[in-house]
Amino acid sequence: MNTTSLDSRTTQQPEDKARQGGVSRYENRLRLATVSPSVLLLLVWMIVPLAMTIYFSTIRYNLLYPGENDFVGLENFYYFITDAGFLAGAANTLILVGSVLLISVVLGVLISVLVDIDFWGRGLVRVMLISPFFIMPTVSALVWKNLLLHPVSGIFAAIWRFFGATPVDWFTHYPMFSIIMIVSWQWLPFAILILMTAMQSLDQEQKDAARLDGAGPLAIFWHITLPHLSRPIAVVVMIETIFLLSVFAEIYTTTSGGPGYETTNLAYLIYNQALLQFDVGMASAGGLIAVVIANIAAFVLIRLIGKNLTDKAS
Amino acid sequence: MADLKIRKLRKVFDGLEIIKGVDLDINDHEFVVFVGPSGCGKSTLLRLIAGLEEVTSGTISLDGRDITDVTPAKRDLAMVFQTYALYPHMSVRKNMSFALDLAGIDKSEVEAKVQDAARILELGHLLERKPKALSGGQRQRVAIGRAIVRNPKVFLFDEPLSNLDAALRVQMRLELARLHHDLNATMIYVTHDQVEAMTLADKVVVLNGGRIEQVGSPMALYHNPVNQFVAGFIGTPKMGFLDARVISTDPHSVTIELAAGTRLQLPISGARVSAGNKVTLGIRPEHIEVVKASESAFQVEMDVTEHLGSDTFCYVRTSSGETLTVRAPGDFTGEFGQRVGLALDLNHCHLFDESGLTIPKLNQRAA
Repeated sequence: MNTTSLDSRTTQQPEDKARQGGVSRYENRLRLATVSPSVLLLLVWMIVPLAMTIYFSTIRYNLLYPGENDFVGLENFYYFITDAGFLAGAANTLILVGSVLLISVVLGVLISVLVDIDFWGRGLVRVMLISPFFIMPTVSALVWKNLLLHPVSGIFAAIWRFFGATPVDWFTHYPMFSIIMIVSWQWLPFAILILMTAMQSLDQEQKDAARLDGAGPLAIFWHITLPHLSRPIAVVVMIETIFLLSVFAEIYTTTSGGPGYETTNLAYLIYNQALLQFDVGMASAGGLIAVVIANIAAFVLIRLIGKNLTDKAS
Repeated sequence: MADLKIRKLRKVFDGLEIIKGVDLDINDHEFVVFVGPSGCGKSTLLRLIAGLEEVTSGTISLDGRDITDVTPAKRDLAMVFQTYALYPHMSVRKNMSFALDLAGIDKSEVEAKVQDAARILELGHLLERKPKALSGGQRQRVAIGRAIVRNPKVFLFDEPLSNLDAALRVQMRLELARLHHDLNATMIYVTHDQVEAMTLADKVVVLNGGRIEQVGSPMALYHNPVNQFVAGFIGTPKMGFLDARVISTDPHSVTIELAAGTRLQLPISGARVSAGNKVTLGIRPEHIEVVKASESAFQVEMDVTEHLGSDTFCYVRTSSGETLTVRAPGDFTGEFGQRVGLALDLNHCHLFDESGLTIPKLNQRAA
């Protein structure tokens, strides 16, 4: 904060350059001196773990075989990528992120438009719509696992039995679908929160004008509401992507990545390497690969959506 | 043709009556201005005509067709909003063609109409721009263009100039007057600015508290207001009011005594009042002249004077503590606290009875 305000002050008065010769050198040093501790701290905070991860990824480092820490080059990367779990993990990560994004954006838009209509008890409904977001991932996964989806004691099973059907063992037969359900349940409220507030800034006169222009409810939704929501939707997609790439607790508490590799995503695969197989070297390599993938995703997203974000802000 | 008839129109919001029974006829090609203080229901009345609000009771008909319950788009009306309400993600061209595109009109015909409107409003070079790249005046013109392309029977304007700065407002006011002349269209215009009402209107509708106070040409309202509210609302600076008492009456004049003690004989019919009645004298600043204290029986003390160059507005205080505004020539010099006399133009004095209604003058000016 401090640096930006100082910067803006200097850009505002570029005319007194003559004065800057003497005073600003001192000022610059002062600025550097006051800012450097926090910059250094942040740098150390970031560089040290990164450097250690890179170092670990190039040596043989398995906790089960202490003392055999030879340099192995890119061997860890090679084994991580050719591991049976890697392709499945990458695919599962994509499926999970994609499905949850689709569900939360589509349902989020529809629900936000719906609760924008005035009805009795709207405030309470809004709070309840958002509340799942405040529940810890572990807790919500446990609630889903034991109270909702459990084949014997779950509510879904009770409903199935009520209609005379055989209860479904969700985590055995539809493991990925179940995980998607749980994660969507958690992240849909975030989309609703952002989109609902965005709906409130939609100009009423624009809707009136569209009505006079002969637009029905569907045309108003398509031509006025959706374009208005394009920016908040971009925000939802970007933020959710970042967090969904690293979904872990929901998988750990319900399926533990199984059956087989069916619900293993990259985050879980790395955990698996490091703490179940004690192979720190390979886990570090996996972590770096995940960092690269996340950066590619971020780059693509910012290219796709971020451009129109900054475009409109200017 | 566009004859709009409003009969016994009422609108209730949550038990609160906003429009309390309005009857109004608007004729073809007329420029009608709804004017009134904030919260008088003028915007609501316009939205009722547009169909954006549901009518509680009463009817609205256009050329004999009852449109009270017709959806807004099918009423043959177009509206220009205070905030312009342009669609921000559409280009100027798309903003103007939106209604026609929705109606499924042929592309080449739409293009012709958009070009036509752009030519009238001088928007030709801006057609590909987005609204955010336009200035306030340009946005306003796009909003008007959006109305023009639909070729409506009636144009509705909801305080269209109130978001513009003063200089631009004067310019747009002239453009609107010219547009009305060029299009020869029926226009209904809502404003709280009585200068806009006076300059633009063929017919002014003064609203107050959900009721119509008076309908008439600007000059009729200026010279013959039906009550004290209209008299005070029309004209800048405002008409001054002084408390008075009727001394004597005869068929051709009324003699009154002001609270300050001065007696005046006014050319007003004495039929409606009798001696002893409390009345209010109304006189506009431009119908008072400042004279030497020795030349008038009506003496006042100077308060603040405002020099505008062309005119000087003097605020004066009477001996009974009432204030009046006087419009003096631009080179007038008056000092704070100075005692001066006032000469009132008796032909332009208005007299209001205790309920605020105008007591008719003998020689009502033809408006």
